[in-house]
Amino acid sequence: MDEKITFCKGGGCTAKLGPAALQRVLGKIPRKYDPDLLIGYDSSDDAAVYRVREDLAIVQTLDFFPPMVEDPYLFGQIAATNALSDIYAMGGEVKTALNIVCFPEHYDMNILGEIIQGGTEKVHEAGGVLAGGHSIADADVKYGLSVMGTIHPDKIYPNDGGKEGDCLILTKPLGVGIVCTANRVQAASEAAMEAAIRSMTTLNKYAASCLGNYSIHGCTDVTGFSFLGHLSEMLGEKYSALIDSRQVPYIPQARQYADEFLLTAAAQRNRNFLGDQVEFQMEDFAMEEILFDPQTSGGLLIALPQEEGEALMGDLLKMNVSGAIVGEITEKHSKKIIVK
Amino acid sequence: MAKTVKVDALGDQCPIPVVKTKKALEELTEGGVVQTHVDNEIAVQNLTKMAKQKALECSSEKIDDRHYVVTIKTEGGMEPEEEQAPVCIPDARGNLVVAVDSATMGEGNDELGKVLMKGFIYALSQLEELPKTILFYNGGATITTEGSDSLEDLKSMEAQGVAIKTCGTCLNYYGLSDKLQVGEVTNMYDIVETLASASKVIKP
Repeated sequence: MDEKITFCKGGGCTAKLGPAALQRVLGKIPRKYDPDLLIGYDSSDDAAVYRVREDLAIVQTLDFFPPMVEDPYLFGQIAATNALSDIYAMGGEVKTALNIVCFPEHYDMNILGEIIQGGTEKVHEAGGVLAGGHSIADADVKYGLSVMGTIHPDKIYPNDGGKEGDCLILTKPLGVGIVCTANRVQAASEAAMEAAIRSMTTLNKYAASCLGNYSIHGCTDVTGFSFLGHLSEMLGEKYSALIDSRQVPYIPQARQYADEFLLTAAAQRNRNFLGDQVEFQMEDFAMEEILFDPQTSGGLLIALPQEEGEALMGDLLKMNVSGAIVGEITEKHSKKIIVK
Repeated sequence: MAKTVKVDALGDQCPIPVVKTKKALEELTEGGVVQTHVDNEIAVQNLTKMAKQKALECSSEKIDDRHYVVTIKTEGGMEPEEEQAPVCIPDARGNLVVAVDSATMGEGNDELGKVLMKGFIYALSQLEELPKTILFYNGGATITTEGSDSLEDLKSMEAQGVAIKTCGTCLNYYGLSDKLQVGEVTNMYDIVETLASASKVIKP
């Protein structure tokens, strides 16, 4: 294959601005109070939720990034899967999507066609309809979606609603950031890239469809801020969590690449941001990197009562979602997250 | 006088600075110093992290906001790890995988099935060429956990380099998560990967 896209500079969610930088800026922006804005960026949630009627709210989200794979069609699929994910993390249903496109004028327009084709297919798979978009000429390629969904105002999954004693379920393997990074320096095996792509193009729709019968306290999708970063957001200031690293699913080769120091800047930024809030009670450098690894189109992280955990795991398996119970929420300790 | 190599990684995004530096360190077979120039602090931290993991002496200096120098000292002997290279070429000869999906062997009487399974694991441990991996899932999870009759055979195989892996979901399901006695916990991706890359899979 010719190098169709030569600008793959470490895209996907590894391209996110660091959480620390973002927090500094957002903290200074004046907020307007609106009682119908049920979820805004106060709780660093996945999407905004706005109530339009007593029994109906809309969920809005937007996500786009530069390519993390060379194949434009796959890139389109991944970017769309990632953007749609926020709706599922809130418990919503996908309705419409708008394309967001940055594309260099002198590039082959067929590439753009393939990107949008991939994205559109995922919107359809999600049960939504593509309703338009906006494109601008830019130095680098970027693609994503703005997605609108609907939800019942009483059935929103907040990302910080977990309670003490809840178990934590993760629905996709970690390590896609490390594998894509290894791939950029031609160090990733085909099998590893395949696993990463399979994971990144799997809609969280299937995992989300299992949640309706359970008392979901909290739900978020794991993306650029890494498993530990999103877990930290989920815990807020009220709780701590105990993670069993042996239960954490990950793409097997990610461990090897981490041991070869194929590390991203974003993972290090995530590590710096959480700093000493995380205590590792095991000696496992690669696992630490995997837990800080920025995920593109990662899985859902779900908090629900311990006694419902196994049953949900069973339902997830029936939907071919290979999740794992990775830990539990505990009372607040001096360390926010303990990994054993 | 130690040999000093300069690595220019200005303008490079992670992981390129680390990849370049690692290569330079490996080329200093007689030992020496690698000085890597990078333009951001995160790259400095990633380089420092690598040096720490490799137990190498490391220091860094900020020249200005867009220029840092990381100095790493090696005694040499850091040749690339050969055994890690052939990951992409599956070893067709000895990649036998055994998949155990039940506590018993065969259909019929469960008591007999249990005895047969114990015998199967023992016979496996006596093979001239041991399997590369033994996977345990569903009812198979009871064989690697407390109360199993096969733990000794499995431990002996593990000591000889056989990977013993038990499905984590299954351990959870049967409430055996803290009762695992041998090998490691695995997940569906790894199981599929292992089965897909096997040259031969046998099931009791």
